[in-house]
Amino acid sequence: MNRPIRVLIAKPGLDGHDRGAKVIARALRDAGMEVIYTGLRQTPEQIVATAVQEDVDVVGMSILSGAHNHLFPRVAELLKEQGVDDVLIIGGGVIPDDDIQGLKEAGIKEIFTPGTETSKMIEYIKNNVQR
Amino acid sequence: MEYKQLVEKMLIGDKRACAKLITAVENEPEKAEKIIREIHQYTGNAHIIGITGPPGAGKSTLTDKIVKALVSEGNKVGVIAIDPTSPYSGGSILGDRIRMQDLALNPDVFIRSMGTRGYLGGLSKYTKNALKVLDAAGYNYIIIETVGVGQSEVDIVKIADTIVMVMVPGLGDDIQSIKAGIMEIGDIFAINKSDLFGADRTAVEVNMMLDLTMDMDRRPPVVKVVAVNNEGIDDLLNEIKEHIKYLKASGKFEERRKNNLKLEVVELIEEELRKIVISQTDSENRLDSEVIEILNKNKNVYEVRDEFLKVLNDI
Repeated sequence: MNRPIRVLIAKPGLDGHDRGAKVIARALRDAGMEVIYTGLRQTPEQIVATAVQEDVDVVGMSILSGAHNHLFPRVAELLKEQGVDDVLIIGGGVIPDDDIQGLKEAGIKEIFTPGTETSKMIEYIKNNVQR
Repeated sequence: MEYKQLVEKMLIGDKRACAKLITAVENEPEKAEKIIREIHQYTGNAHIIGITGPPGAGKSTLTDKIVKALVSEGNKVGVIAIDPTSPYSGGSILGDRIRMQDLALNPDVFIRSMGTRGYLGGLSKYTKNALKVLDAAGYNYIIIETVGVGQSEVDIVKIADTIVMVMVPGLGDDIQSIKAGIMEIGDIFAINKSDLFGADRTAVEVNMMLDLTMDMDRRPPVVKVVAVNNEGIDDLLNEIKEHIKYLKASGKFEERRKNNLKLEVVELIEEELRKIVISQTDSENRLDSEVIEILNKNKNVYEVRDEFLKVLNDI
Protein backbone atom coordinates (compact mmCIF):
# COMPACT_ATOMS: atom_id res chain seq x y z
CA MET A 1 0.00 0.00 0.00
CA ASN A 2 1.50 3.26 -1.09
CA ARG A 3 0.42 5.89 1.36
CA PRO A 4 2.23 8.55 3.37
CA ILE A 5 3.61 7.48 6.75
CA ARG A 6 1.53 9.15 9.46
CA VAL A 7 3.43 10.42 12.47
CA LEU A 8 2.16 11.95 15.68
CA ILE A 9 4.62 14.44 17.13
CA ALA A 10 3.75 15.10 20.73
CA LYS A 11 5.09 17.12 23.63
CA PRO A 12 4.21 15.30 26.83
CA GLY A 13 4.60 16.96 30.17
CA LEU A 14 5.02 20.53 31.24
CA ASP A 15 8.04 21.95 29.46
CA GLY A 16 7.23 24.57 26.88
CA HIS A 17 10.17 24.07 24.59
CA ASP A 18 8.77 22.99 21.26
CA ARG A 19 11.42 24.29 18.89
CA GLY A 20 12.86 20.79 18.53
CA ALA A 21 9.46 19.20 17.97
CA LYS A 22 8.71 21.76 15.27
CA VAL A 23 12.04 21.20 13.53
CA ILE A 24 11.37 17.46 13.52
CA ALA A 25 7.79 17.94 12.31
CA ARG A 26 9.02 20.11 9.47
CA ALA A 27 11.76 17.62 8.50
CA LEU A 28 9.28 14.74 8.43
CA ARG A 29 6.90 16.82 6.34
CA ASP A 30 9.68 17.46 3.87
CA ALA A 31 10.34 13.72 3.81
CA GLY A 32 6.77 13.18 2.59
CA MET A 33 5.14 12.17 5.85
CA GLU A 34 1.83 13.36 7.27
CA VAL A 35 2.68 14.85 10.64
CA ILE A 36 0.00 15.40 13.22
CA TYR A 37 1.24 18.00 15.65
CA THR A 38 -0.80 18.42 18.80
CA GLY A 39 0.97 21.23 20.59
CA LEU A 40 2.33 21.55 24.08
CA ARG A 41 1.57 19.98 27.44
CA GLN A 42 -0.10 16.76 26.47
CA THR A 43 -0.90 14.06 28.97
CA PRO A 44 0.01 10.48 28.05
CA GLU A 45 -3.75 9.78 27.87
CA GLN A 46 -4.26 12.59 25.32
CA ILE A 47 -1.35 11.37 23.25
CA VAL A 48 -2.68 7.84 23.14
CA ALA A 49 -6.24 8.93 22.32
CA THR A 50 -4.89 11.06 19.48
CA ALA A 51 -2.70 8.24 18.19
CA VAL A 52 -5.73 5.94 18.11
CA GLN A 53 -8.07 8.38 16.35
CA GLU A 54 -5.47 9.45 13.84
CA ASP A 55 -4.36 5.84 13.25
CA VAL A 56 -0.73 6.88 13.11
CA ASP A 57 2.18 4.62 12.23
CA VAL A 58 4.63 6.42 14.51
CA VAL A 59 4.38 8.23 17.84
CA GLY A 60 7.32 10.58 18.35
CA MET A 61 7.65 12.36 21.65
CA SER A 62 9.92 15.20 22.68
CA ILE A 63 10.82 16.07 26.25
CA LEU A 64 13.34 18.54 27.60
CA SER A 65 12.20 18.67 31.18
CA GLY A 66 13.69 15.45 32.54
CA ALA A 67 10.37 13.69 32.99
CA HIS A 68 11.04 11.20 30.20
CA ASN A 69 11.50 8.21 32.50
CA HIS A 70 7.96 8.64 33.71
CA LEU A 71 6.10 9.91 30.63
CA PHE A 72 7.57 7.89 27.76
CA PRO A 73 6.93 4.46 29.36
CA ARG A 74 3.44 5.58 30.40
CA VAL A 75 2.53 6.27 26.76
CA ALA A 76 3.92 2.88 25.72
CA GLU A 77 1.93 1.21 28.47
CA LEU A 78 -1.33 2.95 27.59
CA LEU A 79 -0.94 2.12 23.91
CA LYS A 80 -0.48 -1.52 24.85
CA GLU A 81 -3.57 -1.39 27.06
CA GLN A 82 -5.58 -0.11 24.11
CA GLY A 83 -4.36 -3.00 22.00
CA VAL A 84 -2.29 -0.74 19.78
CA ASP A 85 0.57 -3.01 18.77
CA ASP A 86 1.41 -1.66 15.33
CA VAL A 87 2.83 1.74 16.26
CA LEU A 88 6.51 2.60 16.33
CA ILE A 89 7.26 4.62 19.47
CA ILE A 90 10.29 6.90 19.44
CA GLY A 91 11.51 9.68 21.69
CA GLY A 92 13.86 12.59 21.69
CA GLY A 93 15.16 15.47 23.75
CA VAL A 94 17.68 15.98 26.49
CA ILE A 95 17.96 12.39 27.64
CA PRO A 96 21.00 11.09 29.55
CA ASP A 97 22.73 8.07 28.03
CA ASP A 98 22.16 6.13 31.23
CA ASP A 99 18.38 6.33 30.79
CA ILE A 100 18.26 5.07 27.22
CA GLN A 101 18.47 1.35 27.94
CA GLY A 102 15.61 1.52 30.42
CA LEU A 103 13.43 3.46 28.01
CA LYS A 104 14.08 0.91 25.29
CA GLU A 105 13.08 -1.88 27.63
CA ALA A 106 9.85 0.02 28.31
CA GLY A 107 8.96 -0.08 24.62
CA ILE A 108 10.47 3.13 23.26
CA LYS A 109 12.14 1.69 20.19
CA GLU A 110 14.71 4.43 19.67
CA ILE A 111 15.89 7.59 21.40
CA PHE A 112 17.31 10.52 19.46
CA THR A 113 19.42 12.94 21.45
CA PRO A 114 20.53 16.50 20.58
CA GLY A 115 22.73 16.70 17.51
CA THR A 116 21.09 13.81 15.67
CA GLU A 117 20.77 14.51 11.95
CA THR A 118 17.13 14.64 10.93
CA SER A 119 18.02 12.46 7.94
CA LYS A 120 19.06 9.68 10.35
CA MET A 121 15.71 9.80 12.04
CA ILE A 122 13.83 9.82 8.77
CA GLU A 123 15.79 6.79 7.64
CA TYR A 124 15.12 5.06 10.95
CA ILE A 125 11.39 5.65 10.65
CA LYS A 126 11.24 4.47 7.05
CA ASN A 127 13.14 1.29 7.92
CA ASN A 128 11.24 0.43 11.07
CA VAL A 129 7.65 1.46 10.54
CA GLN A 130 5.26 -1.52 10.58
CA ARG A 131 2.55 -1.50 7.96
CA MET B 1 -7.98 -7.19 10.46
CA GLU B 2 -10.74 -7.99 8.00
CA TYR B 3 -12.85 -5.00 7.13
CA LYS B 4 -16.06 -6.77 8.13
CA GLN B 5 -14.79 -7.24 11.66
CA LEU B 6 -13.70 -3.61 11.74
CA VAL B 7 -17.17 -2.52 10.65
CA GLU B 8 -18.79 -4.60 13.39
CA LYS B 9 -16.50 -3.09 16.00
CA MET B 10 -16.96 0.41 14.65
CA LEU B 11 -20.72 0.05 14.88
CA ILE B 12 -20.49 -0.68 18.60
CA GLY B 13 -18.36 2.37 19.22
CA ASP B 14 -14.78 1.12 18.92
CA LYS B 15 -12.73 4.18 18.05
CA ARG B 16 -9.70 2.25 16.89
CA ALA B 17 -11.79 0.28 14.40
CA CYS B 18 -13.33 3.54 13.22
CA ALA B 19 -9.85 5.02 12.74
CA LYS B 20 -8.62 1.96 10.84
CA LEU B 21 -11.64 2.13 8.54
CA ILE B 22 -10.94 5.79 7.82
CA THR B 23 -7.35 4.90 6.95
CA ALA B 24 -8.62 2.23 4.58
CA VAL B 25 -11.17 4.43 2.82
CA GLU B 26 -8.60 7.18 2.52
CA ASN B 27 -5.90 5.02 0.99
CA GLU B 28 -7.19 1.88 -0.63
CA PRO B 29 -9.86 2.49 -3.26
CA GLU B 30 -10.81 -1.16 -3.61
CA LYS B 31 -11.19 -1.72 0.10
CA ALA B 32 -12.99 1.62 0.36
CA GLU B 33 -15.60 0.40 -2.05
CA LYS B 34 -16.26 -2.73 -0.03
CA ILE B 35 -16.44 -0.77 3.20
CA ILE B 36 -18.79 1.86 1.83
CA ARG B 37 -21.07 -0.85 0.43
CA GLU B 38 -21.11 -2.48 3.86
CA ILE B 39 -21.84 0.65 5.89
CA HIS B 40 -24.16 2.43 3.51
CA GLN B 41 -27.29 1.36 5.39
CA TYR B 42 -26.01 2.98 8.57
CA THR B 43 -25.26 6.35 7.00
CA GLY B 44 -27.34 9.45 6.35
CA ASN B 45 -28.20 10.26 9.94
CA ALA B 46 -25.59 12.88 10.73
CA HIS B 47 -26.01 16.57 10.19
CA ILE B 48 -22.94 17.83 8.40
CA ILE B 49 -21.53 21.25 9.21
CA GLY B 50 -18.81 22.73 7.04
CA ILE B 51 -16.51 25.29 8.62
CA THR B 52 -14.61 27.25 6.02
CA GLY B 53 -12.77 30.54 5.66
CA PRO B 54 -9.32 31.99 5.07
CA PRO B 55 -6.16 30.69 6.79
CA GLY B 56 -5.81 31.96 10.32
CA ALA B 57 -9.45 33.03 10.57
CA GLY B 58 -9.90 30.78 13.59
CA LYS B 59 -11.68 27.81 12.03
CA SER B 60 -10.05 25.25 14.34
CA THR B 61 -10.64 27.30 17.46
CA LEU B 62 -14.23 27.87 16.45
CA THR B 63 -14.65 24.18 15.69
CA ASP B 64 -13.36 23.37 19.17
CA LYS B 65 -15.96 25.62 20.75
CA ILE B 66 -18.84 24.39 18.60
CA VAL B 67 -17.95 20.78 19.37
CA LYS B 68 -17.90 21.50 23.09
CA ALA B 69 -21.30 23.20 22.92
CA LEU B 70 -22.81 20.33 20.93
CA VAL B 71 -21.36 17.67 23.21
CA SER B 72 -22.69 19.45 26.30
CA GLU B 73 -26.16 18.99 24.82
CA GLY B 74 -25.61 15.25 24.61
CA ASN B 75 -24.55 14.96 20.98
CA LYS B 76 -21.83 12.77 19.56
CA VAL B 77 -19.58 14.81 17.30
CA GLY B 78 -17.13 13.75 14.63
CA VAL B 79 -14.59 16.18 13.20
CA ILE B 80 -12.61 15.95 10.00
CA ALA B 81 -9.95 18.65 9.93
CA ILE B 82 -8.14 19.21 6.67
CA ASP B 83 -4.78 20.87 6.19
CA PRO B 84 -2.74 21.28 3.01
CA THR B 85 -0.33 18.71 1.62
CA SER B 86 2.99 19.90 0.24
CA PRO B 87 3.01 19.85 -3.57
CA TYR B 88 6.76 19.17 -3.38
CA SER B 89 7.24 16.42 -0.82
CA GLY B 90 3.71 15.04 -0.47
CA GLY B 91 4.06 15.53 3.27
CA SER B 92 2.01 17.75 5.51
CA ILE B 93 1.74 19.26 8.94
CA LEU B 94 -1.73 18.58 10.27
CA GLY B 95 -2.03 21.06 13.11
CA ASP B 96 -5.73 21.68 13.60
CA ARG B 97 -5.80 19.52 16.71
CA ILE B 98 -3.62 22.03 18.56
CA ARG B 99 -6.79 24.07 19.07
CA MET B 100 -8.81 21.07 20.17
CA GLN B 101 -6.47 19.50 22.71
CA ASP B 102 -8.91 18.84 25.48
CA LEU B 103 -11.37 17.13 23.14
CA ALA B 104 -8.98 14.22 22.55
CA LEU B 105 -10.21 12.31 25.57
CA ASN B 106 -13.89 13.06 25.22
CA PRO B 107 -15.69 9.74 24.62
CA ASP B 108 -18.32 11.45 22.46
CA VAL B 109 -15.85 13.10 20.12
CA PHE B 110 -13.77 11.69 17.29
CA ILE B 111 -11.28 13.94 15.51
CA ARG B 112 -9.41 12.98 12.38
CA SER B 113 -6.86 15.10 10.51
CA MET B 114 -6.42 14.73 6.76
CA GLY B 115 -4.02 16.19 4.23
CA THR B 116 -5.41 17.49 0.92
CA ARG B 117 -3.01 15.24 -1.02
CA GLY B 118 -3.15 17.32 -4.17
CA TYR B 119 -6.89 17.91 -4.17
CA LEU B 120 -7.74 21.55 -4.78
CA GLY B 121 -11.30 22.21 -3.67
CA GLY B 122 -10.56 22.79 0.01
CA LEU B 123 -11.13 19.14 0.95
CA SER B 124 -9.25 15.94 0.23
CA LYS B 125 -10.42 13.46 -2.35
CA TYR B 126 -11.64 10.98 0.24
CA THR B 127 -13.12 13.35 2.80
CA LYS B 128 -16.52 12.10 1.70
CA ASN B 129 -15.56 8.50 2.47
CA ALA B 130 -14.24 9.39 5.91
CA LEU B 131 -17.45 11.27 6.55
CA LYS B 132 -19.48 8.17 5.79
CA VAL B 133 -17.49 6.12 8.28
CA LEU B 134 -18.09 8.69 11.04
CA ASP B 135 -21.75 8.90 10.08
CA ALA B 136 -22.13 5.12 10.34
CA ALA B 137 -20.25 5.17 13.64
CA GLY B 138 -23.11 7.17 15.10
CA TYR B 139 -21.71 10.68 15.29
CA ASN B 140 -24.88 12.71 14.83
CA TYR B 141 -23.06 15.93 14.06
CA ILE B 142 -20.03 15.89 11.82
CA ILE B 143 -17.93 18.99 11.36
CA ILE B 144 -15.72 19.29 8.33
CA GLU B 145 -13.09 21.95 8.72
CA THR B 146 -11.71 22.83 5.30
CA VAL B 147 -8.19 24.00 4.58
CA GLY B 148 -7.79 27.74 4.73
CA VAL B 149 -9.53 28.88 1.57
CA GLY B 150 -8.91 31.75 -0.80
CA GLN B 151 -11.62 32.70 -3.23
CA SER B 152 -12.81 29.63 -5.04
CA GLU B 153 -12.39 26.50 -2.94
CA VAL B 154 -16.04 25.64 -2.67
CA ASP B 155 -16.16 21.84 -2.69
CA ILE B 156 -17.54 21.90 0.82
CA VAL B 157 -20.94 22.69 -0.72
CA LYS B 158 -20.95 19.20 -2.18
CA ILE B 159 -20.91 17.50 1.20
CA ALA B 160 -22.12 19.84 3.93
CA ASP B 161 -25.70 20.60 4.97
CA THR B 162 -24.85 23.83 6.76
CA ILE B 163 -21.84 25.96 5.87
CA VAL B 164 -20.38 28.40 8.34
CA MET B 165 -18.16 30.94 6.63
CA VAL B 166 -15.63 32.27 9.09
CA MET B 167 -14.48 35.82 8.36
CA VAL B 168 -12.10 38.11 10.18
CA PRO B 169 -11.63 41.87 10.10
CA GLY B 170 -9.01 43.42 7.88
CA LEU B 171 -9.00 41.21 4.80
CA GLY B 172 -10.06 43.72 2.21
CA ASP B 173 -12.71 46.22 1.27
CA ASP B 174 -16.35 45.69 0.45
CA ILE B 175 -15.64 44.72 -3.16
CA GLN B 176 -14.15 41.45 -1.87
CA SER B 177 -17.47 40.58 -0.36
CA ILE B 178 -19.44 40.85 -3.59
CA LYS B 179 -17.08 38.70 -5.62
CA ALA B 180 -18.19 35.27 -6.73
CA GLY B 181 -16.91 32.15 -5.02
CA ILE B 182 -16.61 31.47 -1.34
CA MET B 183 -18.72 34.43 -0.30
CA GLU B 184 -21.68 32.81 -2.00
CA ILE B 185 -21.63 29.51 -0.19
CA GLY B 186 -22.06 30.57 3.43
CA ASP B 187 -25.33 29.64 5.11
CA ILE B 188 -24.15 31.47 8.18
CA PHE B 189 -21.41 34.08 8.42
CA ALA B 190 -19.34 34.13 11.59
CA ILE B 191 -17.19 37.22 12.05
CA ASN B 192 -14.48 35.89 14.32
CA LYS B 193 -12.03 38.00 16.33
CA SER B 194 -14.84 40.50 16.74
CA ASP B 195 -12.94 42.15 19.53
CA LEU B 196 -10.45 43.46 17.00
CA PHE B 197 -10.56 46.86 15.36
CA GLY B 198 -12.52 46.78 12.12
CA ALA B 199 -14.86 43.96 13.10
CA ASP B 200 -17.95 46.17 13.01
CA ARG B 201 -17.02 47.36 9.58
CA THR B 202 -16.50 43.82 8.33
CA ALA B 203 -19.90 42.87 9.73
CA VAL B 204 -21.54 45.83 8.00
CA GLU B 205 -19.91 44.98 4.68
CA VAL B 206 -20.95 41.35 4.86
CA ASN B 207 -24.47 42.38 5.84
CA MET B 208 -24.68 44.79 2.91
CA MET B 209 -23.49 42.08 0.56
CA LEU B 210 -26.10 39.71 1.92
CA ASP B 211 -28.85 42.31 1.53
CA LEU B 212 -28.19 42.20 -2.20
CA THR B 213 -29.01 38.49 -2.31
CA MET B 214 -31.77 37.75 -4.77
CA ASP B 215 -32.88 34.60 -2.99
CA MET B 216 -35.58 36.06 -0.76
CA ASP B 217 -36.26 32.70 0.80
CA ARG B 218 -33.59 33.03 3.38
CA ARG B 219 -30.96 35.62 4.08
CA PRO B 220 -27.88 34.16 5.80
CA PRO B 221 -27.37 35.61 9.27
CA VAL B 222 -24.16 37.26 10.43
CA VAL B 223 -22.93 36.37 13.90
CA LYS B 224 -20.09 38.09 15.72
CA VAL B 225 -17.90 35.74 17.73
CA VAL B 226 -14.62 35.69 19.62
CA ALA B 227 -13.83 32.00 19.45
CA VAL B 228 -10.83 32.02 21.84
CA ASN B 229 -12.99 33.57 24.54
CA ASN B 230 -16.01 31.40 23.77
CA GLU B 231 -18.05 34.55 23.01
CA GLY B 232 -21.01 34.35 20.67
CA ILE B 233 -20.85 30.57 20.36
CA ASP B 234 -24.40 30.10 21.66
CA ASP B 235 -25.70 32.55 19.06
CA LEU B 236 -23.82 30.71 16.35
CA LEU B 237 -25.15 27.36 17.50
CA ASN B 238 -28.67 28.76 17.51
CA GLU B 239 -28.25 29.93 13.95
CA ILE B 240 -26.96 26.51 12.94
CA LYS B 241 -30.07 24.93 14.43
CA GLU B 242 -32.32 27.50 12.79
CA HIS B 243 -30.69 26.63 9.49
CA ILE B 244 -31.33 22.94 10.05
CA LYS B 245 -35.00 23.70 10.75
CA TYR B 246 -35.20 25.84 7.65
CA LEU B 247 -33.60 23.14 5.48
CA LYS B 248 -36.04 20.52 6.68
CA ALA B 249 -39.14 22.72 6.52
CA SER B 250 -38.38 24.05 3.04
CA GLY B 251 -37.48 20.70 1.50
CA LYS B 252 -34.00 22.02 0.76
CA PHE B 253 -32.41 19.40 2.96
CA GLU B 254 -33.51 16.62 0.67
CA GLU B 255 -32.84 18.70 -2.41
CA ARG B 256 -29.24 19.36 -1.37
CA ARG B 257 -28.58 15.76 -0.50
CA LYS B 258 -30.09 14.56 -3.76
CA ASN B 259 -27.97 16.98 -5.77
CA ASN B 260 -24.87 15.95 -3.91
CA LEU B 261 -25.58 12.27 -4.47
CA LYS B 262 -26.04 12.92 -8.17
CA LEU B 263 -22.66 14.63 -8.28
CA GLU B 264 -21.10 11.78 -6.37
CA VAL B 265 -22.44 9.11 -8.69
CA VAL B 266 -21.41 11.08 -11.77
CA GLU B 267 -17.93 11.46 -10.31
CA LEU B 268 -17.69 7.74 -9.67
CA ILE B 269 -18.80 6.97 -13.21
CA GLU B 270 -16.25 9.38 -14.64
CA GLU B 271 -13.52 7.81 -12.57
CA GLU B 272 -14.42 4.30 -13.69
CA LEU B 273 -14.67 5.32 -17.34
CA ARG B 274 -11.30 7.00 -17.14
CA LYS B 275 -9.80 3.81 -15.72
CA ILE B 276 -11.29 1.69 -18.50
CA VAL B 277 -10.17 3.99 -21.29
CA ILE B 278 -6.70 4.62 -19.84
CA SER B 279 -6.06 0.93 -19.22
CA GLN B 280 -6.81 0.26 -22.86
CA THR B 281 -4.63 3.05 -24.15
CA ASP B 282 -1.75 2.44 -21.78
CA SER B 283 -1.51 -1.28 -22.38
CA GLU B 284 -0.58 -0.75 -26.00
CA ASN B 285 1.36 2.46 -25.56
CA ARG B 286 -1.08 3.86 -28.03
CA LEU B 287 -1.18 7.24 -26.43
CA ASP B 288 2.49 7.89 -27.18
CA SER B 289 2.16 7.09 -30.85
CA GLU B 290 -1.12 8.96 -31.21
CA VAL B 291 0.42 12.06 -29.69
CA ILE B 292 3.04 12.04 -32.43
CA GLU B 293 0.28 11.82 -35.00
CA ILE B 294 -1.28 14.90 -33.46
CA LEU B 295 2.02 16.78 -33.40
CA ASN B 296 2.59 15.93 -37.07
CA LYS B 297 -0.87 17.22 -37.91
CA ASN B 298 -2.00 13.83 -39.24
CA LYS B 299 -4.76 13.78 -36.68
CA ASN B 300 -6.41 16.23 -34.30
CA VAL B 301 -7.18 15.79 -30.60
CA TYR B 302 -10.84 15.03 -31.15
CA GLU B 303 -10.17 12.28 -33.68
CA VAL B 304 -7.82 10.61 -31.24
CA ARG B 305 -10.35 10.96 -28.45
CA ASP B 306 -13.01 9.25 -30.54
CA GLU B 307 -10.68 6.40 -31.38
CA PHE B 308 -9.93 5.80 -27.73
CA LEU B 309 -13.56 5.96 -26.78
CA LYS B 310 -14.30 3.09 -29.15
CA VAL B 311 -13.23 0.72 -26.36
CA LEU B 312 -16.42 1.65 -24.60
CA ASN B 313 -18.46 0.05 -27.36
CA ASP B 314 -16.98 -3.31 -26.47
CA ILE B 315 -18.09 -3.38 -22.84
